Amino acid sequence: MNHEALSVLASLFPFLDWHGFFFLLFAGVACVAAVMVVLSDNVVRMALHLVLSLGATAGLFFLAGAEFVGAMQLMIYVGGTLVLLVFGVMLTAQTQLVALRTPAGDRVIAGILAAALLAVLVQAAFSIDSWQKAGQGVATAPTATPLGMALVGVRVDQVADENLVRPKSGYLLPFEIVSVHLLVVLVGAAYLARAKRRRVPRPVDLVASADSVKPGSPVAASSTLVAGGSE
Amino acid sequence: MTFALFGVVSVSHYLVVGAILFTCGVVCMALKRNAVGVLMGIELVLNGANVNFVAFGSEYLAGDGRSVLGLDGEVMALFVILLAAAEAAVALAITLNFYNNHATVDVDRADDLHG
Repeated sequence: MNHEALSVLASLFPFLDWHGFFFLLFAGVACVAAVMVVLSDNVVRMALHLVLSLGATAGLFFLAGAEFVGAMQLMIYVGGTLVLLVFGVMLTAQTQLVALRTPAGDRVIAGILAAALLAVLVQAAFSIDSWQKAGQGVATAPTATPLGMALVGVRVDQVADENLVRPKSGYLLPFEIVSVHLLVVLVGAAYLARAKRRRVPRPVDLVASADSVKPGSPVAASSTLVAGGSE
Repeated sequence: MTFALFGVVSVSHYLVVGAILFTCGVVCMALKRNAVGVLMGIELVLNGANVNFVAFGSEYLAGDGRSVLGLDGEVMALFVILLAAAEAAVALAITLNFYNNHATVDVDRADDLHG
């Protein structure tokens, strides 16, 4: 049984707290991968490290008891958004663009500013006493059902709370707004990224088609060639 | 501050992780010359904010057994994930448009509006 295996592990390593161990593991992977995203110049390596960082963050969500958010993080972020970013990398991958280097002076300034920002944020994180109290570690009920009910407007987690005069309202209106927003955004993205066909060729296209491009090739392809050659 | 291996993790530990992710994202946004790299910085920033939301919404981490945000934190984290997906789609479309027009993704070259 899984619980017995855990108790055997706990007896082998009595000084280890397994929640703390996995927290350190996931937090370390997330932070180191995020730092590697900043430090690497190659955009493909940045995408790989971003996958690692977001996946480890999903592990942190599971550890915090937010299993539905963790699953959505893996499915939408790692499975959807990052695939989109990798497609962006592939569509714009020219050899001189894969590794655009940042000047060293900018790196130094950014490092100083990042250290200052991090110092302020960490100091703020440890400034409230109730945030520093170690968690009770109580096993919580699964949150997927209350989340789903809250998204359709019923707060089942607030019904039993006798301190509330009336239960807090759910998230039906934000849910609808976000869904319409997502639809509009996808239509807009498809509109922005569609392949455009110029009716009237620019003068540079005319010059290019006169000397280099063979007749009959599409205008859009010739304009890309000219723009690539003139850079 | 209790060391995490010998105590139970608190909200502050999660806040530190969120702060590191946020700082890395800000530096990534400011430093990268590749437009897709800037997008990755935005993803890191939103992810750091998400860590904070989940930490404040978690009953498991709450020191007195009652979390600050409750279920609201997780709902906000879900909305942030959704809006990040939408933002990535639009920003990537803009990046591809820029690449089609200029044959580069270097954001320093995007200075057409200087006139």
